[in-house]
Amino acid sequence: MKLYCLSDHPNAPCLLLTFKSTTILLDCGLDLTSLQHFLPLTLVPSARLNSLPPWTVTGDISTQLKDDLKKELKECSGRVFVDSSPEVCLPELGIVDFSTVDAILVSNYHCMLALPFITEYTGFKGRVYCTDPTQQTGRQLMEEFVEYMERVPRAKTAVNWKKPSVLKMLPAPLRDIAWATSLRRCYTTHDINSCMSKVRVTAFSEKLNLFGSLMVSPHSSGYCLGSCNWVIKSDYEKVCYVSSSSFLTTHSIPILQEPLKNSDLLLLTGITQTPAHNPDSMLGEFCSNLTVTIKNGGNVLVPCYPSGIIYDLFECLSGYMDSVGLTQVPMFFVSPVADSSLAYSQIFSEWLCAQKQSKVFLPEPPFPHAELIKSGRLKHFSTIHGDFSSHFKTPCVVFTGHPSLRLGDAVHFMELWGKSSSNTVIFIEPNFSYLDALAPYQPLAMKACYCPIDTAISFPQATKMIKELKPLHVVLPECYLTPPTSQPLRTDLVVEAEVAPTPYKRGSVLHLPIKRRLERIEITPELAGSLAPIEVKPGVFVSTVTGTITARDNKYILQEAPKQALPSTPSSQPIRKRKREDDGGVSETAHPKQYVYGNLEVEELVQALAKNGITDVKVEDTASGHIIHLQTEDTIIQLEEGSTHIFCEGNEPLRRKLRDTLIACLPSF
Amino acid sequence: MAEIKVTPLGAGQDVGRSCILVTIGGKNIMLDCGMHMGFNDDRRFPDFSYITRTGRLTEHLDCVIISHFHLDHCGALPYMSEIVGYDGPIYMTQPTKAICPILLEDYRKITVERKGETNFFTSAMIKDCMKKVIIVNLHQTVQVDDELEITAYYAGHVLGAAMFRMKVGSQSVVYTGDYNMTPDRHLGAAWIDKCRPDILITESTYATTIRDSKRCRERDFLQKIHDCIEKGGKVLIPVFALGRAQELCILVETFWDRMNLTVPVYFSLGLTEKANHYYKLFIMWTNQKIRKTFVKRNLFDFKHIKPFDRGYIHNPGPMVVFATPGMLHAGLSLQIFRNWASNPLNMVIMPGYCVAGTVGNKILSGAKKIEMENRQVIDVKLSVQYMSFSAHADAKGIMQLIRMCEPKNVILVHGEAKKMEFLKQKITGEFGIQCHMPANGEVVAMETKANLTADVSLSLLKRSIALSGDALKDVKKPRVLHGAVTISGEKMHLEDASKTMQQLGMTEHEIRFTSTVTIPSMSMEVVQKKLKRRFPHQSVQLTSDGSILVGSVLVKVAGESEESLDLLVSWPYQEEDLGSSLFTILQHGFASHTET
Ligand SMILES: [Zn+2]
Repeated sequence: MKLYCLSDHPNAPCLLLTFKSTTILLDCGLDLTSLQHFLPLTLVPSARLNSLPPWTVTGDISTQLKDDLKKELKECSGRVFVDSSPEVCLPELGIVDFSTVDAILVSNYHCMLALPFITEYTGFKGRVYCTDPTQQTGRQLMEEFVEYMERVPRAKTAVNWKKPSVLKMLPAPLRDIAWATSLRRCYTTHDINSCMSKVRVTAFSEKLNLFGSLMVSPHSSGYCLGSCNWVIKSDYEKVCYVSSSSFLTTHSIPILQEPLKNSDLLLLTGITQTPAHNPDSMLGEFCSNLTVTIKNGGNVLVPCYPSGIIYDLFECLSGYMDSVGLTQVPMFFVSPVADSSLAYSQIFSEWLCAQKQSKVFLPEPPFPHAELIKSGRLKHFSTIHGDFSSHFKTPCVVFTGHPSLRLGDAVHFMELWGKSSSNTVIFIEPNFSYLDALAPYQPLAMKACYCPIDTAISFPQATKMIKELKPLHVVLPECYLTPPTSQPLRTDLVVEAEVAPTPYKRGSVLHLPIKRRLERIEITPELAGSLAPIEVKPGVFVSTVTGTITARDNKYILQEAPKQALPSTPSSQPIRKRKREDDGGVSETAHPKQYVYGNLEVEELVQALAKNGITDVKVEDTASGHIIHLQTEDTIIQLEEGSTHIFCEGNEPLRRKLRDTLIACLPSF
Repeated sequence: MAEIKVTPLGAGQDVGRSCILVTIGGKNIMLDCGMHMGFNDDRRFPDFSYITRTGRLTEHLDCVIISHFHLDHCGALPYMSEIVGYDGPIYMTQPTKAICPILLEDYRKITVERKGETNFFTSAMIKDCMKKVIIVNLHQTVQVDDELEITAYYAGHVLGAAMFRMKVGSQSVVYTGDYNMTPDRHLGAAWIDKCRPDILITESTYATTIRDSKRCRERDFLQKIHDCIEKGGKVLIPVFALGRAQELCILVETFWDRMNLTVPVYFSLGLTEKANHYYKLFIMWTNQKIRKTFVKRNLFDFKHIKPFDRGYIHNPGPMVVFATPGMLHAGLSLQIFRNWASNPLNMVIMPGYCVAGTVGNKILSGAKKIEMENRQVIDVKLSVQYMSFSAHADAKGIMQLIRMCEPKNVILVHGEAKKMEFLKQKITGEFGIQCHMPANGEVVAMETKANLTADVSLSLLKRSIALSGDALKDVKKPRVLHGAVTISGEKMHLEDASKTMQQLGMTEHEIRFTSTVTIPSMSMEVVQKKLKRRFPHQSVQLTSDGSILVGSVLVKVAGESEESLDLLVSWPYQEEDLGSSLFTILQHGFASHTET
């Protein structure tokens, strides 16, 4: 069993597992933090961004390259940005032949954004498995991202800055980009559609059979709608892939831990990205910041993904705003996929927590945003162009993407509201550093609040989980074994396990210490019926067995061997001829019919021989046992501890008689 | 050898009160618990006394499974669980759980309030019964207990209809409930994986119908409505609030859309509107087309169909009204009927079965004068139409499902005996498998020939298959495996014989034979060549000391003279067959009875 680690970003995982001649890719995360290095994409040219000074490289490079780089690099408030169509960081694709990948298992919609790169550009021929909500929401995330990118067509992608020779001359954080060679432009809508056609949706706790050799099941992980942990089982080994789980009560079905217990191997990723921020208190902070801003006549911008925590926020905020007398303040949700995100959330009731699920029996939509839309408190638009302007009124709260603040309508609102200190931007998504997000907007008058709501498990919870699940081995990203670089003293922010976990880095290939010893085989009732088990110990029976194995769909079946015709069977010429060619007329491949064990009492054998008419014997003691002489036959039987040797002078009938007598005296099976 | 028993308590060579008992691996499962539309006495419910004459059913059943919300599949459920007594789990899908109690309440009202029956289940009992329900999602494997697992598959018959597979160890049974193999206007086609159950219990309502009759009936239905309104007539369609109502609404809605019709269409307010909500929330259970477009337009948000007001009854001009209840026994549908019955231009379409005694039943049996409760007599001059819209698999569909899941045996239920007989012949003929059609109370017991499972040591298996590494994928040619099987308790373990002895602390007793034989003089190279010819599948090697090894049989020179060669042949008991035959061949001086 081998594990190829194609990404070590714990929240954009991508791992390849080979197990029982099956190759499985676990998740396809896309590292979006690379976006922070690029300037924001504005729909209408921004005077401010256009007037940013170019950054000049000082170093030993050609003037031509220097000039080219001037066009690629811009400086804003002391930080350098790439002026180009933004690029995303792919997992390590070079160390694996994707045409050999049998299946891709996706655990949640955040961990599948690199999927089209793999299904469309690598020769991948297998199947993708994920739950229905994961597929629908993942598609929405991809479509939104692509729409944001394609809205602002940029003629060129900057390429010079990421040459290794140039990169090392650039200031941090550009200089520290680890995988510059893996930066790519995003895929297209066509890629998304083609990719989605390779998806086979699964239910929670469905048993998926991979080629008859592995049983794969997704079990609820409680993190977001349709999110799951995967259990990959053979008849004897069990591997659990735990990716982004949550113990908090949100709108999704709670985590199911039972099936994850007692595995041979636990792969653990997706621990909270904001361990210093408690989600519940963040929600409180979110609400109070919002109230202060609105009451002072300002507007609130919430950069967000088009799905997930926003459903809870709509519900929570509307109630909260009622309680503080802000019922009249509208909430706007702007996203190219706003309508489908809101519509789908209402029909995935089977994937929701019991309290939400019970609504459908009334029948009512599970989420109150249906009601909020009806009453006009929540208004959703695909874009800020067109209809939006006629409904837009301030003060208001706007939910829109992209949370990186590099693309989408959030860029517009940053430019619009950034100059006034009465407005506030509240960050809720944990994937991006808010300081990085704000960097190209500096200097900024607008207030910024960081209230990340990450419901994923905490480090102590991860440690506790491992303790409860009792895996034999644990494999996790290297960064989980040391405190985060931002908080080097927080030694509590690491994962601990009784057996030291095996860490991985991007590009590492781990040989996992799981030895397969057994396989399952089926024995046909006919063959089973022909066995003659002997009780060798109380309750333990043993029998020899000989049969032919056939394999279908990786299942082995043992059945009775076809009876071979005796070589002496009289038959017509051609058959005899073929027979001779086949096996030389000798049944030489026959297996022992029985096995003898234990020891022999010499007296017993002598008596048995006598019973079979062999009386003329002489027993002689030797150093290691006895010798029985058959005086008339020039034959001796040499008895020792654990062995018997019969020497005879070519009298085959006698030898056989001795053989049978001897075996009858020994225990056998 | 294990046995599976199947006993229909209802739906045995009959349509109605579906209820089938299955015993598999010692587990007792009740499949559906329906009522019979055709009876008002004891026969309307399955005969539960078959299970036990005394006491509750809880001890006798491991679980109950309900396939869909039609009353002939769930109508007896509150009676069974609350009056006879059953507290175990009842499994059904989410839409079934949502809609089933509403239909049960409707049914209860008709029976108790309309017909004045006592000794029937109450509203509270329906509620208590539904509390015992556990939701099953499609394809999810639900572990009923440590041994019994059930899985639901899409059946396409009504919203939330499912087929169920029950599995204990290596034994399994699939029950189809009602299903449909062709996608219709709002549902997809039934699907199941190639699970090779021991028994497939399938409905056979349309056992002898081959063509896609549903499409024709739909066209017929729309044609009739169209003809009637063209002439200025009014169309009344009495429906139950849920199920067929939505299906017919979609039918009319899309027809109106396509034909650009402006004649008003109404449905009675209240329940029906609420009912549409269920369909909107359960979009995931409809067909792909509806699911794909629901964000833009939810098909159950009807554009042409508007809420009805009693005042509209006397509006002039043509109109189409869907009104509850479905059997014209009370309420709005009856009120409209009274007002429209005397006009021959008008039409009433009965899309379902009507219980005896109801106005619906009377007009369907051709009554031309109906006496109402207030002794008022109504002349029935309007046109009366009956249309059945149930979506069932036809013979082709049933054969298709058999091909899909490859069962070892088939049991037919939910159909008429004569039609079943025809289908049975067809199934036996085409698939060569056994097919049964038990009557109610008749037990079908089947021995299942299940393989036993054993653990085999990977090294023994690999050696036997003689393939290197992990590549055990395709073993096309059968290979011989020889070893010892250890049986303790339920466990079987296959291992190399000497390893088995080692593991069990037994010392192998080694037996060796050494015999002498004299053959005509020849070199050992010649002996080797001759032996090679005789044992083409064995390794025949000349060792450095001039002996020959055939497998592990040793042939050694003991003495030599001008004319002859004395040989010592020695072999262990494990090689008895080879050793003995080799020895015999040498004894005959390589002459063989097979060579002439
Ligand atoms: Zn039905």
